[in-house]
Amino acid sequence: MLLSESDLASLLLTLRLAAVVTLILLVVGTPIAWWLARTPSRWKGPVGAIVALPLVLPPSVLGFYLLVAMGPNGPLGYLTRSLGLGLLPFTFWGLVVGSVIYSLPFMVQPVQNAFEAMGDRPLEVAATLRASPLDAFLTVALPLAVPGLITASVLTFAHTVGEFGVVLMIGGNIPDVTRVASVQIYDHVEAMEYGDAHRLAGVLLIFSFLVLLSLYGWRRRPRGI
Amino acid sequence: MIEVRFRLSWPGFRLDVDERLPTKGVSALFGHSGSGKTTLLRCIAGLEGAAQGSLLFNGEVWQDARTRVPTHRRPLGYVFQEASLFPHLDVLANLRYGQRRSGRRGTPGNTRQWKSSLDQAIELLGIGHLLDRRPDHLSGGERQRVAIARALAVNPLLLLMDEPLAALDLPRKQEILPYLERLHDELSIPVIYVSHSPDEVARLADHLLVMDQGRVLASGSLGDVLTRIDLPIHLGEEDGVVLEGHMAERDERWHLVRVAWGHTSVWVRDPGGPCGRRVRVRILARDVSLAHTRTEGTSILNILPAEVISIGTGEHPALALVRLQVEGSVLLARLTRRSAEELGLTPGLSLWIQIKAVALL
Repeated sequence: MLLSESDLASLLLTLRLAAVVTLILLVVGTPIAWWLARTPSRWKGPVGAIVALPLVLPPSVLGFYLLVAMGPNGPLGYLTRSLGLGLLPFTFWGLVVGSVIYSLPFMVQPVQNAFEAMGDRPLEVAATLRASPLDAFLTVALPLAVPGLITASVLTFAHTVGEFGVVLMIGGNIPDVTRVASVQIYDHVEAMEYGDAHRLAGVLLIFSFLVLLSLYGWRRRPRGI
Repeated sequence: MIEVRFRLSWPGFRLDVDERLPTKGVSALFGHSGSGKTTLLRCIAGLEGAAQGSLLFNGEVWQDARTRVPTHRRPLGYVFQEASLFPHLDVLANLRYGQRRSGRRGTPGNTRQWKSSLDQAIELLGIGHLLDRRPDHLSGGERQRVAIARALAVNPLLLLMDEPLAALDLPRKQEILPYLERLHDELSIPVIYVSHSPDEVARLADHLLVMDQGRVLASGSLGDVLTRIDLPIHLGEEDGVVLEGHMAERDERWHLVRVAWGHTSVWVRDPGGPCGRRVRVRILARDVSLAHTRTEGTSILNILPAEVISIGTGEHPALALVRLQVEGSVLLARLTRRSAEELGLTPGLSLWIQIKAVALL
């Protein structure tokens, strides 16, 4: 076996985290992207900036705030405890919450671009064909945005796999719970196990390259209304 | 009756319209680009959210100060300038998109009628062989025909068409115009047709609204509006009239037919088809000349008695445009002001007109 059992466990945990985060962001990020693409509201700017914050903020800063907010004295911590969910830091779901926020712009921005690129016309056409706004969103806007949704999902998934700072701040390093692949590599290096670090790092490198290759290869097919 | 009252303004543009349109035949909104005709059409469809005003369709309120029926609840069909078919659906799915949704409205038991409206639309536009194609595998003309069929398949009570031919080249236009003429002949619902092409208007319109800078300059039946000589813009660079008549008589020997309307008729080249067929002819003002006496020994076939109604100025200071009454219909003649002076033209004067050319549309 090329990878040790704990390496494999960290990889599986990473994939599970990335899959869950991508699914949640598809559901949460798409409406945000839709709103940002179409609203005439003056809140568009501030909301867009907040969504983009994780792009520029050091992950440790984001992780620190999340740790405080989800902690026993934070508002999120208070909320989760009163809902009977306990505290989120150093749990898998804590990682999920952190990753959702950290990867939010990677989902929202490509989808928002896709919605903006299609313009008003397809929705006006749908309206003249008796489709209500929700109907038009589901049957016209979403199908037309599929390339954007795929790009966004791939980017979100890959970005979550590559996450380190936020995980370390709010997840710590608990085997099978929060020890994802990037943290595992860090551990190997700390323990001077360069061979193990090499193998796991190689797996991530190849994975990332393949993901991007599929994305760029797929993108060659343009489509529009 | 379609009662249309709209006000809308944005920087550099103001729309202010208060008109009544007939619920029969094709009403053309005609004007230069930027005259507000497309905006008015979008107001009627409910696509201009900022438009203030009211819209009554046969007494039914589509919009007023309190109500505003959203576009998807208005029983209309809309054909956009560029075909805008849904690229993720094939032709049949595009056609069905609106048809399925329009089925929810109205009384049960009408399913058969909806199905037939789709079949009819497919037949009318001749797109039966395209149903399983994707929009990106259609030519521009085919796409626009599918878009028209898609708008008809919802069984609308009003069809709105926004320059459906403007984005097409001349051969494609010639490909679609016959279908539009069929629509005009076979459709019982009113059509509002936006165009800046004099040719399309002459061939398709029954009612004409001339728009300029967001306002309606003139409206009325095609014949009435075309023969107004006081309008600052004319139907194209050529003034002329369009008359609708029927083929009354055929002269087999010389391949001519007599097209008659009212008590008047002219001889034109035989276009084929049965006698009695309705046809439109256009007579340009520059092809009509005037004489005090009925000229003998002329090559001109069509010589008719006429009476001067009024005299206006032409597009050049040397020219005059004369409005003439010809046995119940109105024609225009263009001549130099010098000729008008020498003939002593005054309203009420009786004379003969010689028509050099008549175009069958």
